[in-house]
Amino acid sequence: MQVQLVRIAHARGGDKGDKADLSLFAYDAATYAVLKQVVSAERVAGHFAGIAFGPVERFELDNLLALKFVLHQALDGGAARSLRSDGLGKSLAAGLLRMEVEVPDGVAVRHAGPL
Amino acid sequence: MKTIRIGAGLGFYGDAWGPIAASIERGDVQYIASDHLAELTLAILQKDRAKDPQAGYAKDLLPMLAQLWPLAQRANGGKGVKFLLNAGGLNPHGARAALAELFRKKGWHARIAVVSGDDVIDCLDTFERAGESCAHMDSGAALSEVRERMVFANAYLGAAPLVQALQQGADIVITGRVADAALFLAPLVHEFGWRLDARTPEEWNLLAQGLTVGHLLECSGQGSGGNFGGLDWVDIPDLGHIGYPIAEVSEDGMAIITKAPGTGGRISFDTVREQLLYEVHDPRSYFSPDVILDMGSMQLQDLGEDRVRVTGALGKPRPERLKIVGGFQDGWMGQATFGYSWPQAWKKAERAAQIVQQLLREQKQSIDDVRIEYQGYDSILGPLADSAQRDQLNEVYLRMALRTRDKRVADGFGRLFPWLALSGPPFVGGRINMQPASELLGIWPMLVRRELVENAVIVDVMEV
Repeated sequence: MQVQLVRIAHARGGDKGDKADLSLFAYDAATYAVLKQVVSAERVAGHFAGIAFGPVERFELDNLLALKFVLHQALDGGAARSLRSDGLGKSLAAGLLRMEVEVPDGVAVRHAGPL
Repeated sequence: MKTIRIGAGLGFYGDAWGPIAASIERGDVQYIASDHLAELTLAILQKDRAKDPQAGYAKDLLPMLAQLWPLAQRANGGKGVKFLLNAGGLNPHGARAALAELFRKKGWHARIAVVSGDDVIDCLDTFERAGESCAHMDSGAALSEVRERMVFANAYLGAAPLVQALQQGADIVITGRVADAALFLAPLVHEFGWRLDARTPEEWNLLAQGLTVGHLLECSGQGSGGNFGGLDWVDIPDLGHIGYPIAEVSEDGMAIITKAPGTGGRISFDTVREQLLYEVHDPRSYFSPDVILDMGSMQLQDLGEDRVRVTGALGKPRPERLKIVGGFQDGWMGQATFGYSWPQAWKKAERAAQIVQQLLREQKQSIDDVRIEYQGYDSILGPLADSAQRDQLNEVYLRMALRTRDKRVADGFGRLFPWLALSGPPFVGGRINMQPASELLGIWPMLVRRELVENAVIVDVMEV
């Protein structure tokens, strides 16, 4: 089935200089295993085209059911020189949760219904 | 086994200190550690200091301690609560002078320590002579590109000078730039006698647990259910009276994250792991001046009732170089916002943006970049906004911003807008907001051998 990440995961974004970092958390181990498969660094880089212009790194934390993405050249040079309203890029976490992914039917949908 | 309870202070300059009162009065803490300095804050304080050499520290220190100090004296079984704060910013001695004046007026007494030596703006030549390139840590660009425009440069100091201040009996420790987590690690090292010059895996692991505690507490309410990034945010209780996180740490490094009874927010596996990974890049190699933390084996056990047990942090030897963050002048921003109503709100705003861009081109002004955003549609999400909504908006605000080397161009930018109210697309509503030029700063991170910085660090304690 096709599902938006916001229905099966939660996320937080942070900033350091021109780098944005995004943490993506599954609520259970089965969903985490699926996220590891489908939310690749390449997929995230494509998703943020036009926002982040450098490479994307991914780190896995099996013990916390979490993936970490580091987006380079993602903050218009960094918050103190950025022209963006969201200079710190904290809302990029919301941007990540908008991603539509294909997951097996068994994956637990935490939030069904209208957002 | 001996345990210590540390409460989170502020998470940034401008944060609320009301929740700290709850931690002091009901949270059974012995220490409050308060982080006033985000990466950008020194840029703000630098502007203050340029106007007034007595300024340059986080001024919220004064009203915050005016409220909290009397509470702190009665707390902890009458033994008092100690404070560690990086509110000194670019002028920790100025911060202490102002605080001392407040204490004298109130008739209060305290031993107030200042840790200084993080401000290395005048040491860059010395570093270069000592063989450090001071190149940009990520891009490798040479310092000479920005040297003349550099307005501050501060090293992230570790916990050692803070421990020294506590050993000298300080009740309040004021620092400039230190690693945020060092504010929390220092009391643990002081109380438990952990070795900062760790030599064994066991000793590194203790420091790693202490660093983790600091990292979990350094962002105030973000560690206790604030800014929670899932749809469950709506169920987190009573954010209006959020309790900032409190860590109960044992001598063996085991930590329980909790908060004061009767406060809002939530301490759970989900809220704690969100903060644990916040602004961490490689989780197996999280650098701090005192230890490198590997989170790969950490366990967070949700004990229920707003208690989470933290174990399993692994430590590796501290880095040989300290991180320094410099800020350099990087031009000026001019900006304006302008509102349009239905029908065709977005289309009108887009047309206005096109007209302004046309004028900019005709004026041939020196402009490096222009940004166009539609507030209420894509100003936060950018290209990830749902374009299907674009033509259905009730109203939208056009925001335009430009970056230029010429302050006059930035100042004059707003004047390209008001005439549009009568001579542009129809139904301008809302307030036209034209802002004066604001200075932009680029951030320049670099690495320098730690002894070059640490040899100049000074701790002094004053009795007020």
